[in-house]
Amino acid sequence: MQAYLKLDHIDKTFNRGSATTEVLKDINLTIDKGEYVSIIGHSGCGKSTLLNIVAGLTGTTNGCVLLENREVNSPGPDRAVVFQNHSLLPWLTVYENVRLGVDKVFARSKSRAERDAWVMHNLSLVQMAHAKDKRPSEISGGMKQRVGIARALAMEPKVLLLDEPFGALDALTRAHLQDSVMALHQKLGNTILMITHDVDEAVLLSDRIVMMTNGPSARIGEVLEVPLARPRKRLELATNPGYLKCRQRVLEFLYERHSFVEAA
Amino acid sequence: MNMPMRKSEAISAASPAVAEVLRLKVAKPSYVQAKLLPALTAIAARVVPPLVMLAVILTVWQVLCMKPGATLPAPSKIWTEAYDLIVDPFFVAGPQDIGLGWRVLISLQRVAIGYGLAGLIGIGLGTIIGQSVWAMRGLDPIFQILRTISPLAWLPISLAAFRDSQPSAIFVIFITSVWPIIINTAVGIRNIPQDYRNVAAVVQLNPLEFFAKIMIPAAAPYIFTGLRIGIGLSWLAIVAAEMLIGGVGIGFFIWDAWNSSHISEIILALFYVGIIGFVLDRMIAGLGKVVTRGTAAG
Repeated sequence: MQAYLKLDHIDKTFNRGSATTEVLKDINLTIDKGEYVSIIGHSGCGKSTLLNIVAGLTGTTNGCVLLENREVNSPGPDRAVVFQNHSLLPWLTVYENVRLGVDKVFARSKSRAERDAWVMHNLSLVQMAHAKDKRPSEISGGMKQRVGIARALAMEPKVLLLDEPFGALDALTRAHLQDSVMALHQKLGNTILMITHDVDEAVLLSDRIVMMTNGPSARIGEVLEVPLARPRKRLELATNPGYLKCRQRVLEFLYERHSFVEAA
Repeated sequence: MNMPMRKSEAISAASPAVAEVLRLKVAKPSYVQAKLLPALTAIAARVVPPLVMLAVILTVWQVLCMKPGATLPAPSKIWTEAYDLIVDPFFVAGPQDIGLGWRVLISLQRVAIGYGLAGLIGIGLGTIIGQSVWAMRGLDPIFQILRTISPLAWLPISLAAFRDSQPSAIFVIFITSVWPIIINTAVGIRNIPQDYRNVAAVVQLNPLEFFAKIMIPAAAPYIFTGLRIGIGLSWLAIVAAEMLIGGVGIGFFIWDAWNSSHISEIILALFYVGIIGFVLDRMIAGLGKVVTRGTAAG
């Protein structure tokens, strides 16, 4: 079977003045359609850089990203990003923030009324239709992130990129939002690539967990399949041996074999 | 708490003949008590102190300048001497003999043209400069020097270039107010968070849409700071420039009154200048508040 999204021998080097830092080294990864893949690693290992490369926001030094066998090297709505700090435009309402992307992506294929309905449909997918006329400053952090997810979903991306989407949220809101994302994935069958530093989150949500070694020159250390049946229930998993085994594997990787070394 | 009670008592005492209807009214005088009175109190709290201070200042002024031999006129003397000008700002008695309202309007027209140009060109240039690191590095020091030049110092140059007073005055307004607008716009554009640029990139906004939908709203608080400094400088500059170039503006009126020793008229004109400057500043600030209400909150 052909890979849906393929990261092919990606190297990334940053030049700052005369200093060069190799951030990523020889990253190879293939993701199937509908798969939920998490990338986990210590901070500074270049996982966000990797996501930016897939999004097209950062160029590669060597190698390329293939989506449906076509090289992608610039940003586009087919790889919509949910940013870590929501990145909603504060001068637009919730509705207008989602509408901005919808108007661009479906400028020709949908009529005005259809686009309006599509925005509302996506807002109700994340249970935010009630706040459509509020501005980002008037809603909570969790709600902002929901709108961020709606904005990305509304672009009908081929791959949904989540950049530590729950990192800035409190634990309860985070759990709630994780359940929402799981439900959406179940319902819509999106292909999702998520950056995270939370082991439980990675195991709970993913089909596969990509573990990265510490930078500089970070590479993929190990890829772990998560053989848990969906739909997954947070409470039932807490005692599930399969879940605990996966969790153990990731923890071992992160804290024994590649424990975080403070660079400074 | 005393005020509302007295109010309701006054209502019940006022019309005993229609007691039935009255009882209903007394039962819910809530609009007056809950909305109107607090609002009036709030307004009074803001308006009364300045009025009191104004009265104090006028009294001190009156006392100081009433003595025989005082060099400046007291308020009462200004009232009698400049009575014609005070009561009718819009009279026309000849090409050079017009009310202060007209003079202010003529000055405002010059400011509108000069400042309007400064706004357009300042925001445009500022946007370009803010986008480019090298343009910023190259031009910022030059602008920082140019902006410290006094408006009046530009006047001889502009007279030499335009050989006419009207465009020269407008140029002085322009050149005085354009620098803060350029610099603030450029800083605002540079400070647009990378997140917003990323959003625009993912959504694939074209440069024009990016300018209108991201850059201008994101930089609006900075732009309005520049615009507000600019309007203040414009108004400072026009009064000074008009003193030198003549004509019928408020600035030349002051100079003309000085030459004719009409000190009372000068003081009256200063009131006009101050109040108009204050109103201009508030207009731009108010506009800025409306335009940036989302950006500032986020």
